[in-house]
Amino acid sequence: MLSIIWFIMLVISFVCALVTGRMEALSRAAIEGADKAVKLIISMAGSMCLWTGIMKIADGGGLTKAAARLLSPVLGLLMPEYRKNSKAMGAVSANVTANILGLGNAATPLGIAAMKEMQKTNRLKSAPNNSMVMFVVINTASVQLIPTTIAAMRQAAGSASPYSIVPYVWVTSVLSLLAGLLIAKLLSARGGVNESNR
Amino acid sequence: MNQIGEYIVPVVIVFVVVFGACRKVDLFDSFTKGAKEGIESLVSVAPSLIGLVIAVSMLEASGFFDIVSQILAPVCSFVAIPPEVVPLGLMRPVTGSGSFAILNNILEKYGADSMIGRTASVMAGSTETTFYAIAVYYGSCGVKKTRHTVPAALTADLLGMLFAAWSVKLF
Repeated sequence: MLSIIWFIMLVISFVCALVTGRMEALSRAAIEGADKAVKLIISMAGSMCLWTGIMKIADGGGLTKAAARLLSPVLGLLMPEYRKNSKAMGAVSANVTANILGLGNAATPLGIAAMKEMQKTNRLKSAPNNSMVMFVVINTASVQLIPTTIAAMRQAAGSASPYSIVPYVWVTSVLSLLAGLLIAKLLSARGGVNESNR
Repeated sequence: MNQIGEYIVPVVIVFVVVFGACRKVDLFDSFTKGAKEGIESLVSVAPSLIGLVIAVSMLEASGFFDIVSQILAPVCSFVAIPPEVVPLGLMRPVTGSGSFAILNNILEKYGADSMIGRTASVMAGSTETTFYAIAVYYGSCGVKKTRHTVPAALTADLLGMLFAAWSVKLF
């Protein structure tokens, strides 16, 4: 997938530069781009480590577990098939909590564990039931307390207030998550029956 | 809403440290372990980020983004989003590194605190790499069909783009 995208980007830039007569700029950009990427990574490193370090303390103190307990009933409403399956709900809420706290490295394995657990009682193995779709939709939305990568990039780009966008990110991500859940709900009902569990 | 942003960093840090101290966490040891993980994950994304920043820099230098913005300007002004952020919106669901490369280009070109820079930041921060998540999660348990996952997730992404632009504009 990335190979195709990368290939298209490079070819388009060559064709565009040929048409607009910017071949010299293109040549410079190729070399400077590599340089820019390394500088970006280095200037992001500090604030990224600040947050991964702080969130490790939160995790060690059991904040992740406590938050997961709070979230579990809410998530149960979205995934009725598994409301009483404590193993599945445990993995689901641990994944969502890890996402909220920005523990990206921990979130993915937890999410995979949750999916495997849900798959066990999913009747039609090749298609997800409504609860599994809900779970994936939650994971395709961003539910992060502090958008650390974005803030680090803003800092690297010389922003006067890298974190000023955070409240906007909260509002936007909550609204788009709600929209995603609502649409998933509507589309799942449209088929009449939850076909995978018929 | 800008004032809230100023409080978030210190409040979260102090809250977590006090919480950790109450729970008798070895604070500094945990912090350094976490920071090490941060370095490791940056190192692991570095190669793909380098590749994609090169490609985005070349697209920028070729004038491609300016042409796209001009073409999209009428449509974008209709829904009140800056056309400059559309390439970011198209890239965001597909590749994380690719969208960060585009975001970085926007922040450098227009300034991180400009309307365009802020809109792009909110867009990138409030959406996820949708197709990656779908592939990883369904792939991990052998589910072949995705039913209504893609339409629901992509509509949410599209709405996220619009909400991002509107929230920055309104408040």
